[in-house]
Amino acid sequence: MIADLNLIWPEIILAVGAMVTLMIGVYLGDRRVALYQISTMVTLAAAIAAVATIFGTEATAFSGTVAVDNFGNFAKILIYAASLVCIVIAPRFFEKGMKAEYPVLVVLAALGMGIMVSSRDMMTLYIGLELNSLAAYVLASFMRNDDRSSEAGLKYFVLGALASGMLLYGISLLYGFSGSTQFNEIAAALASDVSRGELFGLIFVLAGLAFKISAVPFHMWTPDVYEGAPTPVTAFFASAPKVAAMALMTRVAIDAMGPALGAWQQIVIFLALASIILGAVGAIGQKNIKRLLAYSSINNVGFMLIGLAAGTQAGVEAILTYLVVYLVTTLGAFLVVLQLTDKDGNRVESIPALAGLSSSRPGLAAAMAVFLFSLAGIPPLFGFWPKYLVFEAAVAADLVPLAVAGIVASVIGAYYYIAVIKTMYFDDKSDVQITGQGTLIDNAMLAASAVWLCVIGYLFIPVLGTVSTSAASVLF
Amino acid sequence: MIQIFAFYIFATVCIASAAMVIFSRNPVHSVMWLILAFFNAAGLMLLCGAEFIAMLLIIVYVGAVAVLFLFVVMMLDIDFAELRAGFVRYLPLGALVAIILVAELVFALGAWNAGAIDMAARAAPIATDMTNIEQIGAQIFTRYVFLFEASGMILLVAMIGAIVLTNRQRAGVRRQVIADQVRRRPEEATRLVDQPVGQGVEL
Repeated sequence: MIADLNLIWPEIILAVGAMVTLMIGVYLGDRRVALYQISTMVTLAAAIAAVATIFGTEATAFSGTVAVDNFGNFAKILIYAASLVCIVIAPRFFEKGMKAEYPVLVVLAALGMGIMVSSRDMMTLYIGLELNSLAAYVLASFMRNDDRSSEAGLKYFVLGALASGMLLYGISLLYGFSGSTQFNEIAAALASDVSRGELFGLIFVLAGLAFKISAVPFHMWTPDVYEGAPTPVTAFFASAPKVAAMALMTRVAIDAMGPALGAWQQIVIFLALASIILGAVGAIGQKNIKRLLAYSSINNVGFMLIGLAAGTQAGVEAILTYLVVYLVTTLGAFLVVLQLTDKDGNRVESIPALAGLSSSRPGLAAAMAVFLFSLAGIPPLFGFWPKYLVFEAAVAADLVPLAVAGIVASVIGAYYYIAVIKTMYFDDKSDVQITGQGTLIDNAMLAASAVWLCVIGYLFIPVLGTVSTSAASVLF
Repeated sequence: MIQIFAFYIFATVCIASAAMVIFSRNPVHSVMWLILAFFNAAGLMLLCGAEFIAMLLIIVYVGAVAVLFLFVVMMLDIDFAELRAGFVRYLPLGALVAIILVAELVFALGAWNAGAIDMAARAAPIATDMTNIEQIGAQIFTRYVFLFEASGMILLVAMIGAIVLTNRQRAGVRRQVIADQVRRRPEEATRLVDQPVGQGVEL
């Protein structure tokens, strides 16, 4: 038992840190927001350190319900780091509306995501997912006096509950037909023969998970929720939970359903293609920058799914590299969106209002251009590299038509990214003057991520390669 | 034999009443059908040999549904006089449902005495020398202790969420401050007045 506890230090730290912060919050009230912010940041940093110390161990804990391995650890570091950033950027947005519960809920969501990516049992998967989702529903409607925020929370809750229902139904079918909820035993049952019941279970589980990564056709909630939720929360939704759900889907597909590759490969190919195409086409008419980024995330998830469709170690490595680059780019883009305020302090979210940003805030416009080009995967920027890896993996797995379709759709996708850049640089100045300034930390993070994507990123290719190989090899 | 028969009765009635939950126009009827569905699901659990879960289903769900029922009645504008109007007309239907329930009870008891239904092979065999409750307890606190604790965190999040979304500071609300109440001395709270006859008391 003690040996098992030693393996879940990150989870213990997060749970205790969240509860301690909550207790301090109960006694000191909502005025000491900076204190809660710091304590939760320390908690997350400690959890990252704890993950780093157990990096490399490969073990199962608690009778095989939890897996501690490099795959989970890799994803956990990304998740905790993204959550940390989302706590740092929050107070300036909420100003008076900031409460002790915001950082606590983010930490609890991070705890749930950590459980998700280290699950080795369908029940662990479900509990981690619900812990994350429940915190996410509350965060989405955190500004409860704002109609759009409440609407986002309610929509997310109703559709999320539906997805959880589908997932549970699939899990119960898989359990019923394979006789176990543990991934390795489900894989053993699938290895001999995929019965019809197991096939149905597998489809429902994939559908439930596709909802969580907002892959088409389960994406409908994404633009509305991203638009309505407070911007720091949207940044959070677009970063950490995406990593967690994508890693979880990869683990379930490879670890639990690996032997049934033939059964789920076509489903994943469909999800990938539909997401890429709809993500690209749907974004074209958008006038709101947050909705545009929502479609961009749908589009990017499609590219990641190409790596999963390959079903090979190279494919999984490509997904992990993709997640790192996607995380940096998305958080950077949302850091820019957070700074878009006019002189009265009102939030500016409409794309036409960005016209003339290149003259009023040249640095901000340049950073946004870097992020958008990187999301589009234009070669000199680092966003190109993971896309290349994904396509390479797909070609190596004999999925040439899929790779070709993906490349064509990514050209369509480039259109709307470039349209935004055109608005910022070449359109006549809009009436809205964007004057918002970021704090020193905000600007430092913004500059760091933009520079990393421009040039420095390529220096990290060997490191990223080694780490993602060690993480992906666990599943094979 | 009787188990198979009981299984099909329970399964059919369960699915039929679940469909009626959706199709009936009156929300009160929906709730009633839901209760019937839960009873039948409990019967199915009984057939699997999971008597503890069967009891739990009835106690927790039917209890919860009773509360839900109260909410429905309070929130929707339902004319109860109209509902009662067709009592005699619907008596045969009500009697039919009652008869079905009684028949199910008899079958359930019969099937229960005849032993649990044969199920597909499980990965882990069930211990026969323990009762359901002992088994669930032993599993939750040993094998699934991590999941059990993580479920606790989910409940914590639910609690925080409910407070964040609904607790608001209203003006003019007098909260109970226990420290103030304890600090209060008799001198502040009471006074002796020499009240003149024929005049009102001034507080």
